[in-house]
Amino acid sequence: MALLELDAVSKIFSQRRGGRAVQAVAGVSLAVGRGETLGLVGESGCGKSTLARLALKLVDVTDGRVRFDGVDVTGFASRRMLPIRRRLQAVFQDPLASLNARMTIAEVMREPFDTHGLKLGAGLEPRIRELLSFVGLENIDIQKLPGQFSGGQLQRIAIARALALEPEIIVADEPTSALDPSIQAQIVNLMLQIQRKRGISYLIISHDLDVIGHVADRIAVMYLGTIIEQGTADEIMQRPLHPYTQALLSAAPTLAARRQVGWKRIMLTGDPPNPADVPSGCRFHPRCHLARDICREKVPPLRAMPGTGQMVACHLAPEETARAGGEVGRARRGLAVAS
Amino acid sequence: MILSVRDFAIGFQREGQNLVAVDGISFDVEAGETFVIIGESGSGKSLTGMSIAGLQPPTAFVSGSIRFKDREMLKRPDAELRKLRGPEIGLIYQDPLSSLNPVWPVGDQIAETLVAHGLAGRAEARKRAVEMLERVRIPDPRRVASAYPHEISGGMRQRAMIAMALAAGPSLLIADEPTTALDVTIKAQMLELLAELKHEMALTIILITHDMGVVAEVADRILVLYAGRIAEVGPADSIMLQPSHPYTAALMTSAMISQTPAKQELNAIVGGAPGLGAFPAGCRFHPRCPRAQNDCKAVEPPRRKFGVVELACHHPIEAAMSLTAARS
Repeated sequence: MALLELDAVSKIFSQRRGGRAVQAVAGVSLAVGRGETLGLVGESGCGKSTLARLALKLVDVTDGRVRFDGVDVTGFASRRMLPIRRRLQAVFQDPLASLNARMTIAEVMREPFDTHGLKLGAGLEPRIRELLSFVGLENIDIQKLPGQFSGGQLQRIAIARALALEPEIIVADEPTSALDPSIQAQIVNLMLQIQRKRGISYLIISHDLDVIGHVADRIAVMYLGTIIEQGTADEIMQRPLHPYTQALLSAAPTLAARRQVGWKRIMLTGDPPNPADVPSGCRFHPRCHLARDICREKVPPLRAMPGTGQMVACHLAPEETARAGGEVGRARRGLAVAS
Repeated sequence: MILSVRDFAIGFQREGQNLVAVDGISFDVEAGETFVIIGESGSGKSLTGMSIAGLQPPTAFVSGSIRFKDREMLKRPDAELRKLRGPEIGLIYQDPLSSLNPVWPVGDQIAETLVAHGLAGRAEARKRAVEMLERVRIPDPRRVASAYPHEISGGMRQRAMIAMALAAGPSLLIADEPTTALDVTIKAQMLELLAELKHEMALTIILITHDMGVVAEVADRILVLYAGRIAEVGPADSIMLQPSHPYTAALMTSAMISQTPAKQELNAIVGGAPGLGAFPAGCRFHPRCPRAQNDCKAVEPPRRKFGVVELACHHPIEAAMSLTAARS
C-alpha cells in the first residue's frame, strides 16, 4: 500500500472580481511508496507547487481523494490532521521565508514539539542539538535569529525541523533551487543520507531535472496541471517518450555537451502555457513540433507503454517518439563519456 | 581591448570598519568576446559588473581603475556616465521589472532611451522601438509596443528589456544573471537570442552568473571570483573542462550531477562562502579546500600563469588530474 496517495485530484482557484476560474491541477494521480522517492518535474505555472500543497493538505482539493497510509484524509479538518502531520512534513524552497524571522533557532526547533503537545522538558535541548548535528550543524548558536545564517545553513535547519517528529515522508518543494551551486550538492547529499539512515519517503518537486534524476526512484512530469509522463528514473532519463519531457531533458545537457560545436537542443517555441487559457486536445500541442489534427482535437490519456511501466500521455507515443527519446537520453550520457 | 580593469577594489563602511567586498582584481575584456564572471553569493561579481557601468552603490568606496574604451569609468561624474549607458553600455538584469517602468507602455520606454540620447526624434524613435522589439523576436511587435509591462508575459518582458538595453546601439552588454529566474525551456530561447544578437550587432558581452550550464554554452573566457578575489581566469574550455583551481573544480562537479551515478554522494565542497568582513587569512578558499596545506592558511597565493590560465592557488590541480577529478 502506498504511503501517500493522490487519486485523481483537481484544484480550481476561482478568481475574484468575476475573473475566470483557473484549474491549477487537473485530475492527477500519484502514489509514493514507503522508502521511495518520487520526483515531480515541471516548469513555472504547471501546478507542481499546488500539487505539493494538496498533498500536504495545506489547501483542499476541489475534486479527488488524498490518502495517507490507506486512510482517506480528504475531508480531515486540521484537528484530525494533526496526528497525520507528525508523519508528513514539508521543506520549502526559501528557508528564510519559511522560518519565522523573529524566532531564535531554538524556538524554531521546539515549535513542532509544542504544536504536537510533546513535553520533552530537560530532554528538549539535547534533542534539538541531536537533530541539528544530524544535519551537519554541530556547533551553531541556537539563540541566533534565522537572518544570521547563510541560505545553506537555513535549509539544513528547515530539514532538521522537518525531521523533529520523525516523519515517514517529507514533501520538498524546490529544496535546492534558491541555493548557490556548491551548497546545492551538499543539500542533495544530506537528503540522500537521511533516506539511507531513516528509510523515509520523499516527494521532491523541482524544475531541476538533474537533481530529480539523481535522487528519484520514479519521476512524474507535469505540464499545465496534468501528468504527461511517468516512469522509473532510468526510463525517464534514458528514454523519455513525451515530446515535452524530451525538450526538458535536451534543454539542460551536460557541460561537456554544451561546449561541443554543432550540438543542438530541441527548442520549444512560444511562451509557457497559461493555466487560465488551456488549449484544446493535448495541452502541449501549441508548442509541439509533432502536433497534428488529432492532437488539437482529442485529449491524450495517460497510458502504459507496451512492455514497460512507463506511462505517457501522447497520441504519438511510442511509435513516433521512441527514437528521439533514445537520442536525447544517449546525448546526455554518451556525450558526457566522450568528453 | 574594450575594457581594462586594474587593481579594482570596492567596499563599504560599516560601524566604523572598512569592509572590502572586491579586493584588488585585474582583468581585460577583448572586443567581441563573451566574458563570463562566475561567482556565488557574496563573491562580488555583481558589484564588479555594476561598477563597470558606473552603477556602484553611492555609499561604496572604490579604488583602482576601470577603463572602458580608454575612458576611466571610476569617479566619473554621473552626468557623463549616463551619456554612456545606452549608446555605449547596455545592461540587463535578472528581473525585467526592475528596469521596466510599470506605468509606461513598453514601446515608449524604448523610444525614450533614443530621444534622451538625442539619437532620434519622437516619431522616428517610436518606429525604431517597434523595429527593436521585432529584432528580439517578439511576435506582433506593434501590439507589444503599446502594452504595459504587466500586460505581457514574463518571457516577453525579458525580451523587451533586452530591446531597451540594445536600442541605442551599445558595443558592450552587461548581463547580470539574465536567465536565473527563467524556466529551462525559456532559458534556452534566451541564450539563443543573445547569441544571435551578439553576432548581428557585433556586441561584446560580460555575463555575470552562477549557472554553469549557461556559462558552458556562451563563454569565450571565464573569470572565477571567490570572496572578492580572482581564483582563476582563462579560456572557457580549459576552465570548464580542466579546472586548475580547486574551487572551480568544485563548482564544475556541482554542475555535473548527471555524471554521478544516481543516488550516490555528490562530490560537494564543505561549508559556505564567507560573508563580507569575514574573509579568512591566507587563501580565502582554504577552509573549504580539499587540497589545503599549511601555506594556504598563512600566505595569500599570488596570481600566476599556470598553463593557459592565470590563477591564485598554491596547489593547483594538474591538467591530467583535473579531468578525472571533474569526472569522479
